[in-house]
Amino acid sequence: MDMNSFSPMMPTSPLSMINQVKFEDEPDLKDLFITVDEPESHVTTIETFITYRIITKTSRGEFDSSEFEVRRRYQDFLWLKGKLEEAHPTLIIPPLPEKFIVKGMVERFNDDFIETRRKALHKFLNRIADHPTLTFNEDFKVFLTAQAWELSSHKKQGPGLLSRMGQTVRAVALSMRGVKSRPEEFMEMNNFIEVFSQKINLIDKISQRIYKEEREYSDEMKEYGPIHVLWSASEEDLVDTLKGIASCIDKCCKATEKRMSGLSEALLPVVHEYVLYSEMLMGVMKRRDQIQAELDSKVEALTYKKADTDLLTEEIGKLEDKVECANNALKADWERWRHNMQNDIKSAFMDMAEENIHYYEQCLATWESFLASQTDLHMEETSEDKPESH
Amino acid sequence: MEQAPPDLERQWQPAPLEPLGHPDAELQAAVDEEAEVSRDEGPGDGTMTENNFGLKKIEISVSEAEKRTGRNAMNMQETYTAYLIETRSVEHTDGQSVLTDSLWRRYSEFELLRNYLLVYYPHIVVPPLPEKRAEFVWHKLSADNMDPDFVERRRIGLENFLLRVASHPILCRDKIFYLFLTQEGNWKETVNETGFQLKADSRLKALNATFRVKNPDKRFTELKHYSDELQSVISHLLRVRARVADRLYGVYKVHGNYGRVFSEWSAIEKEMGDGLQSAGHHMDVYASSIDDILEDEEHYADQLKEYLFYAEALRAVCRKHELMQYDLEMAAQDLASKKQQCEELATGTVRTFSLKGMTTKLFGQETPEQREARIKVLEEQINEGEQQLKSKNLEGREFKFGPMLRNALARCNPVK
Repeated sequence: MDMNSFSPMMPTSPLSMINQVKFEDEPDLKDLFITVDEPESHVTTIETFITYRIITKTSRGEFDSSEFEVRRRYQDFLWLKGKLEEAHPTLIIPPLPEKFIVKGMVERFNDDFIETRRKALHKFLNRIADHPTLTFNEDFKVFLTAQAWELSSHKKQGPGLLSRMGQTVRAVALSMRGVKSRPEEFMEMNNFIEVFSQKINLIDKISQRIYKEEREYSDEMKEYGPIHVLWSASEEDLVDTLKGIASCIDKCCKATEKRMSGLSEALLPVVHEYVLYSEMLMGVMKRRDQIQAELDSKVEALTYKKADTDLLTEEIGKLEDKVECANNALKADWERWRHNMQNDIKSAFMDMAEENIHYYEQCLATWESFLASQTDLHMEETSEDKPESH
Repeated sequence: MEQAPPDLERQWQPAPLEPLGHPDAELQAAVDEEAEVSRDEGPGDGTMTENNFGLKKIEISVSEAEKRTGRNAMNMQETYTAYLIETRSVEHTDGQSVLTDSLWRRYSEFELLRNYLLVYYPHIVVPPLPEKRAEFVWHKLSADNMDPDFVERRRIGLENFLLRVASHPILCRDKIFYLFLTQEGNWKETVNETGFQLKADSRLKALNATFRVKNPDKRFTELKHYSDELQSVISHLLRVRARVADRLYGVYKVHGNYGRVFSEWSAIEKEMGDGLQSAGHHMDVYASSIDDILEDEEHYADQLKEYLFYAEALRAVCRKHELMQYDLEMAAQDLASKKQQCEELATGTVRTFSLKGMTTKLFGQETPEQREARIKVLEEQINEGEQQLKSKNLEGREFKFGPMLRNALARCNPVK
């Protein structure tokens, strides 16, 4: 690795390296490396919660140090996401894993759930780090570097609860009005988002179903093999053959397990992330529409001379700028998002295809070698010319 | 145990490495006349003393299946499948085959033939028929007897049945079997005229009835045990196989759902559109490939089923032997007690308790004439009993340990 003043430190976690290579725009310029690991359970009198260790390595000047280690809980991630949405209403903020999955959850803190969440949180932070705008967000920096008490006090700053509530009310009111005229390109965008959302949700369901079917297939295979061994106990001449079959079935079963783990590591998380992304996108469209609606209402007010015209004109000027900024930000980010999405989806499905090819090749090889061994065996027997052999 | 000549032994092997259902499978129906297995007494109106198959090679095939409609016994319309049986004789010299007979039979006629063979050859493991109803079905497999795939597999199974019967040195010489292949009309009447249904031992139908045999033949007990084990393990195997097939079907078909979604998605994508469209197509192809795969696997299941049913047939032979042994013991017992009674009457000594003895003591001796009469009756009964015993002993000897049973037994006793 060639060293220059901007070259990144060697990240210690191999997982983070893999994830970074996957969704990187410009891998060589990366100067912020984040890993999320070591989930830990904390029990207090009020509640039980999990924290995750976050390690940041960076060469950026604005960071006080080159390495940071902090612990964060899911609530902190939620806070960060909220702040980013506030600061950049029309940028496509990466999605967070769900709060909890209602279906099929026995206990909130089972190992699979925590591991899935950890991986998703890792991806979340890295996507922010790779985003040309979001990566320089101040709250993001605080999130990565501040100690627990520092973060709490930082959270208390900023617009209070009441003003935030006021914003929400206004937003709802505006959205009720509806959008008068959404520019053509955003109509197209909206249309895409609707269709994409529908399709990606279906693909998510289909992929989960495939996993389930493969699991059940594997379970049945596990019972299938041993019956042949049982049979071999009462057939002296067929022991090798029957045991051979049992062993082949066993090998195919293991190949199926591998195929399943490929599915659950390569495809399912990617598809699920884009399900969440599609929800995000709808939120972004809404926010853009709201900003435009604000402008529209002020323009309407001016037309009907509802308030002081000079003040209104000034406000309209500001809002026009705001709308233009918002639209441009979204347009740029949209292109970037589309590009990343295509790469991610393509590589996820290609990985799946590779897994499947490998699975079938393995099964084929297993049975072919068994068949060859049986043919050799048969030739041996016939050459010995035993009258009872059949 | 008789010594079977070597070439006969090879014929006893059920269809070896030829793929089952091979329409050109040839059978050597030649029977060595010196073989001990040939018997003069036989079923119904006697075996053909002149072997109609002679030493010619014959080919039997069940070549076609056809849907038919007709009226059944209750004059109701029914649909059924008829199968075409063709018999060809092959000339030694040039290998050409000539069609000698061809007729149509339905499954119930095959059943009738087999039931007849079971009654008249209780000591032979009669080859099994393909299943009457589809068993061990997995979810999507049609359990419908009219399903073309089912009919095709049944056709193959019926052909195997006929080939196996024709390759059996005793069964192949049966006249009813010959008529089955050659006489289309009136065959059912001919079979029923043999009266085999009456001969069938109804006790065999009571599956759970046990017959207390004092001296069971250990060889048959072991064989019965082996056939039970075989039946149990093959059933289990078939059950799990069906479940595996069902699951595999699920995996493939769910992938098919991708097809439609990818296709719809491709409509909104510019660069990725073609890729998605093509991927969708491939998913459809993948999903539909499972149908042929599983249909092929059914043929494998059929071969397992054949041996499941063979195990049942083997067990039936053991059962019949058990029953016969029981009858023999009962007859012998009866004979012994009658002889004793006779002796007592003749000598006037009462060694065992008998009602007659009691009443004699109570009510006075009977007259010599009465005693003479009773002795005469008993002597007749003793004669009858001895005849019966003799015939039952002969029957028993038919349960010979032919090569097939011997092989089965060798498998049970792995002592080399």
